[in-house]
Amino acid sequence: MTPLALVVTAPGTNRDLDVTEALGAAGAAVERVRTRELTPQRLADTQIVVFAGGFSHADALGSGAVWANDLRHLRDELQSFATTGGLVIGICNGFQALVRLGLLPGSLGPNASGSFTCRWVTLEPTSNTNVWTDGLDGPIDCPVAHGEGRYVADDTTRRNHMALRYAHATNPNGSDDDIAGVTDTTGRVLGLMPHPENHIRPSQHPRHHRGGAGGLGLALFRNGVRHTRTL
Amino acid sequence: MGARRFVVRSAGPDPRAAELLAAAHSLGITAVEGMAVADLWFVDGDFDPATILDHALQGGTFEHTREEPLDGTTIVETALLPGVTDPTGVALVHVAATRGQHIRAASGKRFTITGALTARDVDRLVTRLLANPVIESASLDAIGPGFPDVTVVGPHADVIHVTDLDDEGLAKLSSARGLALDLEQMQAVQRWFREDRREPTDAELETIAQTWSEHCAHTTFRAAITWTDGTIVIPLLQQLRTCTDEIAAPWVRSAFVGNAGIVAFDDAVDIAVKAETHNHPSAVEPFGGANTGVGGVIRDVLGVSARPIAVTDVLCFGPSATDVESLPAGVLHPARIRSGVIAGIADYGNKIGLPTVAGAIVHDPGFIANPLVFAGCVGVRAAGKDVRGAATGDRIVAVGGRTGRDGIRGATFSSMTMDATTGEVAGASVQIGDPITERLLIEFIDDAFQQSLYSAITDCGAGGFSSAIGEMAEHLGADVDLDAAPRKYPGLAPWEVWLSEAQERMVMAVAPETLDAFTALADEHGVEWCDLGCFRADGRLRVTVAGKRIVDLAGHFLHGGQPQRLLTAKRPIAPVVVAQTRRVDDLAGALLELLAHPSLRSNEDVVRRYDHEILGRTIGRPYAGAADDGPADAAVLIPLGSTSGAGLAISIGVNVRYGDLDAGLMAEAVIDEAIRNVVATGADPDRICLLDNFSWGDPRRPTTLGQLVLAVEACCAAASRHRAPFVSGKDSLNNEYVGTDGHRQAVPPTLVITAFGVLPDASKRITSDLKEPGNTLLVIGPTRDELRGSHLDLVLGAECNGDVPAIDDGAPARYRALHAAIADGLIISAHDTAEGGLAVAVAEMAIGGRLGADVDLSAVHDNPVVAWFSESCGRIVVEVRSANTDGVRKRFATNECVVIGTVSAAPSVLGIGLDHLVAAWRGHVA
Repeated sequence: MTPLALVVTAPGTNRDLDVTEALGAAGAAVERVRTRELTPQRLADTQIVVFAGGFSHADALGSGAVWANDLRHLRDELQSFATTGGLVIGICNGFQALVRLGLLPGSLGPNASGSFTCRWVTLEPTSNTNVWTDGLDGPIDCPVAHGEGRYVADDTTRRNHMALRYAHATNPNGSDDDIAGVTDTTGRVLGLMPHPENHIRPSQHPRHHRGGAGGLGLALFRNGVRHTRTL
Repeated sequence: MGARRFVVRSAGPDPRAAELLAAAHSLGITAVEGMAVADLWFVDGDFDPATILDHALQGGTFEHTREEPLDGTTIVETALLPGVTDPTGVALVHVAATRGQHIRAASGKRFTITGALTARDVDRLVTRLLANPVIESASLDAIGPGFPDVTVVGPHADVIHVTDLDDEGLAKLSSARGLALDLEQMQAVQRWFREDRREPTDAELETIAQTWSEHCAHTTFRAAITWTDGTIVIPLLQQLRTCTDEIAAPWVRSAFVGNAGIVAFDDAVDIAVKAETHNHPSAVEPFGGANTGVGGVIRDVLGVSARPIAVTDVLCFGPSATDVESLPAGVLHPARIRSGVIAGIADYGNKIGLPTVAGAIVHDPGFIANPLVFAGCVGVRAAGKDVRGAATGDRIVAVGGRTGRDGIRGATFSSMTMDATTGEVAGASVQIGDPITERLLIEFIDDAFQQSLYSAITDCGAGGFSSAIGEMAEHLGADVDLDAAPRKYPGLAPWEVWLSEAQERMVMAVAPETLDAFTALADEHGVEWCDLGCFRADGRLRVTVAGKRIVDLAGHFLHGGQPQRLLTAKRPIAPVVVAQTRRVDDLAGALLELLAHPSLRSNEDVVRRYDHEILGRTIGRPYAGAADDGPADAAVLIPLGSTSGAGLAISIGVNVRYGDLDAGLMAEAVIDEAIRNVVATGADPDRICLLDNFSWGDPRRPTTLGQLVLAVEACCAAASRHRAPFVSGKDSLNNEYVGTDGHRQAVPPTLVITAFGVLPDASKRITSDLKEPGNTLLVIGPTRDELRGSHLDLVLGAECNGDVPAIDDGAPARYRALHAAIADGLIISAHDTAEGGLAVAVAEMAIGGRLGADVDLSAVHDNPVVAWFSESCGRIVVEVRSANTDGVRKRFATNECVVIGTVSAAPSVLGIGLDHLVAAWRGHVA
């Protein structure tokens, strides 16, 4: 069966088209829904929920803060959605919102450089407890594009929640332990700052014209779709 | 005031503080030892963000009361002025509403400064760095919120007496109301109202002033111009249009009509292109000016029903090292303008979710008082699809943002020269953008266009409703009732609603039978709409507020009634020939100086503040290569919706050094540069279209106008020669500042050309970074002794004699031959040769590939200074496999393709190691 993925948007979400395309390429049926349209009923017949990147409500009270406020009545439903087999991924602003909502540990602060940065990085999967990253056969290359992606971790996070790390010398924001993405305790919720949805074709790689071929971000979405099929 | 204050601090280091500290020091205020920044939230109503937004403030600290200043601490607080776009206030209102509370909210900032500051230091900090009086109030004590004055103004329109004024009275009226209309225009207004046997209302006068402004009506580009010797000049706009008509490219769908030019791309999509300037606003409020410049040009593309897919920007600033004390009164420091403009562009592009893919940054003393900001946008539209156009009976529906007092009289403001008081006077003209609202508009208009739910659309730019509805109703007429227009706050006078240039609004014509579907779709998208009336058939524009008529004008008068401007052009004085001869003893040293020059060095640190990856279709990025840092000649995109495998190349041509030497040759040079750039990435020379953007001084000065005429004539000649038509353009004149001593400072004549080229097969695109040791390097195109106005002179610190680069008649054929070689897979790398000549071009290729180049230019020119640094047009350096060298050479005319060396594994150019080249390219010279 083709799993259904809901891409949730808020005013200011802007990488929804990108992740919709990536999930489609990975084999999911994808629908975009606005935050107010995300109801417990919609969750019931959905396999994957995606919180896409952007600047929800202009990030005016802090990155992802207003979006998290608007999602707070769904916090417990999203938690039980993951516990009962649903998959959740928050990318960039979606990650920031999930952290603010308390579905993922840690916090995200302004980049160490002090400014927004857009560049390609290499991600190394470090978790075999998160279904999105478990079994990835190598690093992923993809861009980051954010101003507040410096992940601040505590010891528990370092031990148990690290899911993706920036490879040597590609940490773009000063994150603790080069952490790029984290998992929750169920292993079914992933949050990450980089944009694997922007590397689903080899021709998107910045060094493709030099014969460069880093790992596709598509692998991450394929992984998620594959896991929904094994339920 | 009933509002409570909340001080919100980041728990960790706040990056704004470090930036401000450095900026204070660079302004010479060295007594500042430390700087802390906090946000101020003002809440009027029963809502406490401290308890409810706890999760939002994770990692932050929050306090209700202000701590007492410590010894040696200075507090400065700022608050946004009433009506200035305030996303923080909007978000607080939203969050309170989700808790069932209705509040008013606003925001500000609080700076805590340590160090032994004098009163003068504090004054300079506040005026030069911390607050901009155009949008903020500042206080050394606790500040309060800037809620708008909501005193309700009666719906009356003032009647202004014009019919009985003499010429002096007309001129005085124009000046007193800031109409920016000259005497002939005022006389035409007077004649019309005398015939109509009545006096105008304030709303009517303002409508005419906006519609007839230089900014909206392009009075100079339509003017009757005569050279001082009596020769008549064909109106400039007509010249450009005729040029495009004569090229008759079959793929041009729409040129010089509507908000943007449109060209066919492939079977699936057409491409819409536009570039705008936002110079005056960026001079007085750099962040907001640049921010709304980007927002405005995106709406131009929406205004032809295209979905925006990328933006561009070209920025011209004064030198960042300019002495603060030397600045004219009221002029912001170039470094502050630069950082504000860059932040404004990043903020809008990143938040609306469009990649910023191409641009340039130029530094020249000519831009100290008048910075220039050019913003461009490209969009896609289903191939061959368009709207039918407004018809009698269609409803007039405004969508998007609410109307406020922001942006009043922007068109007339943009059409005046500036002086020390401009910042104060212009306050109401300057706005901060709201990219989130415009993002919602993009999605809504895309859906509404696909479902054919409207018949015409235009953006609310300069002149607001008055010019948007006025233009749509030019031949039809319209009945407009402004009561339905949603206001940001009460208290607006009728003419303010009619003229407001509040951002993020579009006006659409909707047939009555699709109105319900249209409004339902808008509701679904969360886009606010209002029905303002309907289009008529009688050609009259009528506007009513609360049942009272405030405008009743004939469309033919408003749009055709203004007298053609009569102007005189004088041939510019030939530049003084300087006797000095160039001496370069150290070629390598000169190359390092050039690489590090602010106008040539890498702008990667700026460009990476812009998202150029979003949408996943940017395959040719601004910087690319072995270390992702070599300069690209053009960006290459796969347009959204296109599946043909074709690519769109976008490049810029600009050179401010030549304008005062020879404006015609400048135009030729920058057109050649823009075209050369897209060809070098693989675009087909027969599928290139152009945008022109002229930023000039006051055209009433005959020599300034003479430079403009020469530039336009050269544009037409160059476009014809290359068979590359102009499809849209924009002129921004009066870029002048009048000092308190009466001294005028005008910008150097600045023409920005944006070129769009089609790569038939995007997989064959070429980049500039060197690929493989052993390959051969060739230069295509002749190198002449053309060092006048060169960047070499700039780093030598002396203007020397010689020639400005001349017209290159051989370039079109050469570019077609190069394109054929690229299509046949013979070209490995290619890079355009421009500022800094072959030396800089080869060095940039080496940096991009992290390889070296063994180069001998003796076959290029006898004089090594000419060979390495001349800026002759029409040249491209290419890398080919050594086995293909002869085959490639045979494709070009004799002497047009010269071998200059080989790619080497030893990473150096001119004996300079790659490390030093890279350091210089990043702005550091040892």
